[in-house]
Amino acid sequence: MKRRLWHFHGGLHLPEHKQASMTKPVVAAALPDEIILPMQQHIGSPAEPVVKVGEHVLKGQRVAKASEYVSAPVHASTSGEVIAIEERGVPHPSGLPLLSIVIKPDGKDEWTELKPVPDYAQLDPSALRNVIRDAGIVGLGGAGFPSFIKLNPGPDNAVDTLILNGAECEPYITCDAMLMQERPRDIIDGLLIMKHALRARHCIIAIEDNKKVALTLLKNSLQEHEAEFLKIVSIPTIYPSGGEKQLIRILTGKEVPSHGLPIDIGVVCHNVATAAAICKVINEGKPLVERYITVTGETLDQPRNLKVRIGTPCIDLLNACGWREDQTDEVLMGGPMMGFGIPALDMPTVKTSNCLLARPKDQPHQQPAMPCIRCGQCAAVCPAQLLPQQMYWYARARDFDKIQAYNLFDCIECGCCAYVCPSRIPLVQYYRFAKTEIWAKERDKEKADHARQRHEFRLQRLERKKKEDEERRRRKKELLKKTQPKPDSEADIKQAAIQAAMDRVKAKRATQKQQKKNIENLNEKQQQAIEAVEKRRQRLRNAGADNEENP
Amino acid sequence: MLAAILILSVLAILFGLLLGFAAMRYKVEGDPIVDQIDAILPQTQCGQCGYPGCRPYAEAIARGEADINQCPPGGEAGIVALADLLGRDVKPLNDEHGEHKEKKTVVIIDEKLCIGCTLCIQACPVDAIVGAAKQMHTVIKDECTGCNLCIPPCPVDCIHIIPVEDDIKTWCWPEPEAELEQPPIEEPV
Amino acid sequence: MTEYALILVSTILVNNFVLVKFLGLCPFMGVSRKLETATGMGLATTFVLTLSSVCSYLVNEYLLAPFGLEYLQTIAFILVIAVVVQFTEMVVHKTSPLLYQVLGIFLPLITTNCAVLGVALLNVQTEHNFIESALYGFGAAVGFSLVLVLFAAIRERVAVADVPEAFRGPSIALITAGLMSIAFMGFAGLVKG
Repeated sequence: MKRRLWHFHGGLHLPEHKQASMTKPVVAAALPDEIILPMQQHIGSPAEPVVKVGEHVLKGQRVAKASEYVSAPVHASTSGEVIAIEERGVPHPSGLPLLSIVIKPDGKDEWTELKPVPDYAQLDPSALRNVIRDAGIVGLGGAGFPSFIKLNPGPDNAVDTLILNGAECEPYITCDAMLMQERPRDIIDGLLIMKHALRARHCIIAIEDNKKVALTLLKNSLQEHEAEFLKIVSIPTIYPSGGEKQLIRILTGKEVPSHGLPIDIGVVCHNVATAAAICKVINEGKPLVERYITVTGETLDQPRNLKVRIGTPCIDLLNACGWREDQTDEVLMGGPMMGFGIPALDMPTVKTSNCLLARPKDQPHQQPAMPCIRCGQCAAVCPAQLLPQQMYWYARARDFDKIQAYNLFDCIECGCCAYVCPSRIPLVQYYRFAKTEIWAKERDKEKADHARQRHEFRLQRLERKKKEDEERRRRKKELLKKTQPKPDSEADIKQAAIQAAMDRVKAKRATQKQQKKNIENLNEKQQQAIEAVEKRRQRLRNAGADNEENP
Repeated sequence: MLAAILILSVLAILFGLLLGFAAMRYKVEGDPIVDQIDAILPQTQCGQCGYPGCRPYAEAIARGEADINQCPPGGEAGIVALADLLGRDVKPLNDEHGEHKEKKTVVIIDEKLCIGCTLCIQACPVDAIVGAAKQMHTVIKDECTGCNLCIPPCPVDCIHIIPVEDDIKTWCWPEPEAELEQPPIEEPV
Repeated sequence: MTEYALILVSTILVNNFVLVKFLGLCPFMGVSRKLETATGMGLATTFVLTLSSVCSYLVNEYLLAPFGLEYLQTIAFILVIAVVVQFTEMVVHKTSPLLYQVLGIFLPLITTNCAVLGVALLNVQTEHNFIESALYGFGAAVGFSLVLVLFAAIRERVAVADVPEAFRGPSIALITAGLMSIAFMGFAGLVKG
């Protein structure tokens, strides 16, 4: 029965270079001299160490716990002694160090006590998710998002389709293809566990049509009753069909909304290796401590896939495959489109490492760029239907508002645009630069807003303090006035002195008034008149005194 | 002649009344542009612009008293953002007010030398220094904006500037190199 | 009915006030750096032009013509335009302070926009009636806004492009305006006016 498939916009047909690493079966890589486990091998917050230097740990023992919800624990990938917990270089384009637990293997590779889950179907989905979380499972397709979160649809969403991504569209990389060939049943078992956790209705395993052996083996491993809800679909080989949004478009015809997640349209997408890892956790009780890594490139004598303990230094793997150092220009972690140069080869492989690619010298990709001729080829191949040319011009002009208007954050950095550019402009570098600048600006703005709040609070605090001081002074003054009413104060003493002086003056005037003038040589008539007036005066004086006493 | 004067006068009075009424109806209180300018400024509260803080500088710009190129911590990006907002021309940063430092810095108190005088606490515009009289003072690294206002008041010179290093979370991709103006000359085969 | 459609087509495209009649070039060059500003200016000018076109017609028809005072048209129209612009300024200041700050001096300068006075005087010259005057003013403003928005969009892209040193800034803007004008000349002769 032919299943209907859709196309996504753009995309490229790239030379595959896959055969070279698929000629030999997968073997375990040799035990290295040192295992370096960075605390952050996933998206989210770094894990926190729970062991001490000098402690002896077993394989699969938890050495670091998840610090927050979006975080993952780290487990020792071999038994040995913890010789250091310090900052070590990690495979990241910045070359900056990260706290890492360094283990010296004791050679025994002894497992810790394993606790498989006997009947997962009886478990509640949230309990199942916790088991997966405690095993440190993250997306092994390259992003490293903690898988237990992507197995939680949330209370408001129903999962219609669970997709396992076995596309592996990037050239050179074959680790998923080998996994599908060697352990098809594990993948299907893992899918069934995920289906139970998500309560998904339909399941699809998508494989590019260049992996015919994997397709056949998977189809043969499928049991009849499983075929009712699980379809194994072959999709056309085109880069980047393995991109989550592109794969969903191919299989369901639906587009994941911009700034949205696949769960918004009822779809969840996981990598096949993640499914196999989940199967190991449930059926064998083994946490995530190893993965398949493709070690390939033109300067290797024996390119192949290896089963690698997480934390193995890259140089060990390269040496195991006959690496010709003098002919190698650089070693990429990842594929030729999306990989980055490893700053130093003693850096460890981490949970998300899927490939080590040794590039020979004298490759044309390093030639300097030329001016943009506005040909528009980039827009024709963009799988996210963006306008790379416009984003380039605005990134160059540092106009970060305008570039976001062209949906910069929907860019999946697949590299198709840079691949076809006739002027060899490193377009993806511009977009990465713009994205990190915008994030840095947002962080600065948050910090500035916070500083403004603190400053305003400080001004308020000083204002309040000033008011409180004034209030206190006022109250003190009032208190003093109330408790001391007697005229012992300076003002009252003055008042008393003034009163005394006034009394004296009054008395003096009174006596002066009583002294008579011009009373010599008076005749009898004048004398009588004077006496009559005196009597009258006396009478009035007595009446006035009465009045004074009784006002 | 009279008719002309009369007509124009009537028109003028009519329109005058209309405008007066409209002026009352559409009265604008305050100036929200100040908030928008303040949102662009980096909130270091350092005073290098010549104003006691970012808000007074924002108000001065809105009034037209201050130019937009007086803020060193904001740097070129800040000037461009202000120019965009206000429709003015982009100018280079005015050297009189200091230079823009690319690397962010914070300060640290050398605890061996601190005498607990609280002068730096009083100077810090965002209260990023913890301490009390005769007690040890220390700077809260996450709150420090790098304004360096605490350094002059310290009587024992125990405050030092240290750069803030990038870690993996804050690391930025570098800007790609500018391209060639002309294609490289290829030797004929 | 066709009359009105023709007036609109004429003022918006064929005899565009900015690119064909070369009126109103000041705000055209001054406000076209950013698309948002240009849109705001276009809307403000539309409001002003339509209203002042109508008011000018009414003033001319009922106050100037009956008393034989046509020689006062210039003064009277400028008075009307100034009042309308003042009113618009107040409304913009209240409703969108950001647009007010961004337009800056160009908002009151709509008063001296020769396109606005031009519309008022041309209405008189071509003896339009009330509806024709209103449509003429509205069409002129739509044409102005159209061209302003187009020009702003081009200028935004040109600003980040690789322009040779000697041409950066106003030079390339004027060259672009000239090319746009040539493009609009393609409509020449379709409608008389």
